[in-house]
Amino acid sequence: MIAFVGYAFFGGLLAYAAGAVASLITGRSERLARLLCCGFAIAGALLETVSSWLALFGASDAHWEIPAGVPFLIYSFRLDPLSAYFNLILSLLAVAISIYSVGYLRPLDGKGSAGVLGFFYNLLLLSLTAVFTASNAFFFLIAWESMALAAYCLITFEHRHETTRQAGVLFFVMSHAGTGCLIIGFLLLNSFSASLEFAAFAASSAQLTGAWQAAVFLLFSLGFGVKAGVIPLHIWLPEAHPAAPSNISALMSGVVIKTGIYGLARVLFEFLGFPPLWAGTIVLTVGVVSALLGVLYALMEHDLKRLLAYHSIENIGIILIGFGASLMFITLGHPKLAAIALIAGLFHTLNHAVFKGLLFLGAGAVLHATRTRNMEKLGGLIRRMPQTAFFFLLGAIAISGLPPLNGFVSEWLTYQALLAGFGTTGKLTRVLFPVAGSLLALTAALAATCFVKAFGITFLALPRSKEADDAHECGASMVAGMGILAAVCVALGLGATWFLPVFDGITERVLGVRMSAELVGAGGWVLTSGSARGGTVSTAGIAAMFVILSALPALLWLLWGRKGHRYIEPTWDCGLPGLTAENEYTAFAFSKPLRMIFAALYQPRREIQAEYEVSPYYPTAIRFDSEIESPFEDRLYAPLQKRILAIATWMRGIQAGSIHAYLAYIFITLIVLLLLGVRS
Amino acid sequence: MNAFAPALIQLLLFLIIAPLVTGVIRTMKAKFQTRRGPRIWQPYLELHKLLRKGMVIPDTASWLFSATPYVVFLTAAMVSLMIPMVAIDAPLSLFGGVLAVVYLLALGRFFLALGGLDTGSSFGGLGSSREMTISAIAEPAMMVAIFTVAIAANSTNLSEVAKSAVGQSWRFLAPSQMLAFGALFIVLIAETGRIPVDNPATHLELTMIHEAMILEYSGPYLALIEWGASLKQLVLMTLLVNTFFPFGLSPDWNMPGIAIGLGFYLMKVLIICCLIVLVETTNAKMRLFRVPELLAVAFILGALALISTFLF
Repeated sequence: MIAFVGYAFFGGLLAYAAGAVASLITGRSERLARLLCCGFAIAGALLETVSSWLALFGASDAHWEIPAGVPFLIYSFRLDPLSAYFNLILSLLAVAISIYSVGYLRPLDGKGSAGVLGFFYNLLLLSLTAVFTASNAFFFLIAWESMALAAYCLITFEHRHETTRQAGVLFFVMSHAGTGCLIIGFLLLNSFSASLEFAAFAASSAQLTGAWQAAVFLLFSLGFGVKAGVIPLHIWLPEAHPAAPSNISALMSGVVIKTGIYGLARVLFEFLGFPPLWAGTIVLTVGVVSALLGVLYALMEHDLKRLLAYHSIENIGIILIGFGASLMFITLGHPKLAAIALIAGLFHTLNHAVFKGLLFLGAGAVLHATRTRNMEKLGGLIRRMPQTAFFFLLGAIAISGLPPLNGFVSEWLTYQALLAGFGTTGKLTRVLFPVAGSLLALTAALAATCFVKAFGITFLALPRSKEADDAHECGASMVAGMGILAAVCVALGLGATWFLPVFDGITERVLGVRMSAELVGAGGWVLTSGSARGGTVSTAGIAAMFVILSALPALLWLLWGRKGHRYIEPTWDCGLPGLTAENEYTAFAFSKPLRMIFAALYQPRREIQAEYEVSPYYPTAIRFDSEIESPFEDRLYAPLQKRILAIATWMRGIQAGSIHAYLAYIFITLIVLLLLGVRS
Repeated sequence: MNAFAPALIQLLLFLIIAPLVTGVIRTMKAKFQTRRGPRIWQPYLELHKLLRKGMVIPDTASWLFSATPYVVFLTAAMVSLMIPMVAIDAPLSLFGGVLAVVYLLALGRFFLALGGLDTGSSFGGLGSSREMTISAIAEPAMMVAIFTVAIAANSTNLSEVAKSAVGQSWRFLAPSQMLAFGALFIVLIAETGRIPVDNPATHLELTMIHEAMILEYSGPYLALIEWGASLKQLVLMTLLVNTFFPFGLSPDWNMPGIAIGLGFYLMKVLIICCLIVLVETTNAKMRLFRVPELLAVAFILGALALISTFLF
């Protein structure tokens, strides 16, 4: 069994590597490069799916070590349940995205860049797999950095646009600041464990106390928080994700930011030792803030992909609410509740990967067909792209947390964990749980509002531009890619109870409890909150009831409705000569009430200039300008950037630009380090 | 009785009583305003009329426009089976508790808002935007109040909530329960589109919310939406009365018990109707941007309820 897992795992890695090399070699013939890139990626992803699924249920961890011949560095892979679960998320999404890419990359034919894209795409998949499965800190950092490099090259793929280059640089700088924190964090852990193996970190975690624990928590939270896009470390995310090609955006939002979540799960639940109460409280609070601010900023976006990027911040927040609550329950001595909260967070990680991947692919299909991401120029696509519209609608329902799809299940589990949290302590801390729950409810309701806007303005009513009017349905492979993810959304929603055993291995390793039997009741049809009385929900039952209750309208139809006719007539236009797209509501107008209600946050500023010749009542042209405040960029990062630039200017004194000087610096540093090393 | 009979009975009761409640409120409101008003069964006649008629579909609309009435009606009908009405055991309480109720109603609203946008008229968009906004900011108030009740009962299952309240008849006098009731009542007003949040009797562009969204619907589709809306209204009222005042709920599904339960239930709903009518006749409709303040009051009431659970 383990041997088979190994063959599939390394086979998958080899396929990714082969895909990277093959698409680079055949780069001259774009069609071949595109097919090889996607073909190898699909094969690799399928193999990885199989191996991680088997590893999840394996009796012991699949573990391989390949010595690199250098001290400290061992290429060691370990498919323990947590790694296998994240690798499963990655490979599942990679299958769908790679199928989609066959069609999506077709416009690149004849432009000579498909090979490069294919190279970095497969490299990203390869390094992501390594990030999720590496069990040596040194190797992990190498994988982490190659992931960041591959992602950077993909983000800046359309580098002819100035904004894309800027987004790439911002991503690069933020990502490296985060990696710096990680390096220090791993070195700190190393000083306790005297080894860079993850297993050693976990074994020596009990020694970590007091200030050292706080330092490790802070460093890793910053380092992984940047990658996850947690507020206030999120500013690169809404720039970088939309700039990339849409299949890459799907991978970025679906999986790359989840590497931060993976890292946090590893550190918080395995390396940190017994968590103090403040750690869980901080994670929970940051989660709530990220979720709420993420959705509030998403509401103000009219760029379809930027809107989706802000929703990634929101969903990372929801995941962190689960993690934070879980940490608090560990501290308070409730391992079962901790397991429920952890399952909620991990399940939402998968769910978000699936529906956000789906939505980005849908946005990509819209971009492909209309060449615009601006919602104000779209509309009417439900008739022109019926399948894309249908899949996007399913994704929108799932991300809004509405039953019976998958988003609802993980949010329901989060609510149950938060509610049960009230009884775990007598201290005032317990008020935090229901307050977090009610703010999560606000977040979910605002997300539904945002997706009514995103779907309604983009797909419904009349097209607002010629491009939208001329749109056409995308090709079979793109539809298939979206269809797979939509089907997974439905399956994970209706079949949630049958999926829960997946988490048993993880919770047993981390918390020592297996919850799936307790969370499932009535022969697998009902999800419970862990206790018999607590609360139950059945997404499959709800779906079945939809079918059964449809008998009612059918009955009404039989009794009354057979006489009436259906007339297709123009929409009422208040007596104007015909309704045009200009009469439609816009995305900007749709979010106006919320912009006014949350004016304290947005600080909206608007400017109206009317030009007229005779009387102000007959303007010849009106110019309207509106913008909202971006507090994090302006108040936090702008001063920071100024400070850093000032230091850099000061440092320029020693940057002579002469290679001899630099060699001298390196030599001196080496001597100093050697001296220090010898003395201790 | 077998498993299906309670579901069938409760569904029928809900379907029949829901329009009646709308009628009672309308008539009572007219009496309060010294008008004669329509008969209380006017809503039935309207439904009958609408179901008989043909309908006009806007030429800009897609299949979503036609799917919406079904989703709205079906979600409301399904939710009505998850709430204890005349007996403590709701027929479908296993399929979902209060969270499922809130989220299924949100699913109906999601489609209704899309249906409004699908027509391409600016009224539809205006209604959708306002409806989604108001329900979004009503959500935290609703949840915090619901959490207070759920925490007291240690369950989100509505039958369990009612069970835990049986035998403590005076529990509704506890400060936390009273505050939570206040919060949920305000949310009820907002969610069912009553004065001072929305005016169900108006078709004036500047003020309407719900009516703007469904402006293009006609015939049987409109009947489904109207019936769904009155079902939703009754569901929220039932949630309110049977969570806080579970008097007279039959412990099991036998005929005499149900009859007594129904009697109590109708009385409780009538009292809530009176309260709504009182609020509607003594208040003027608020400006749209004053509504958040009202809902903030509801949220603060809910939060106080929660904190007083902690104190007492």
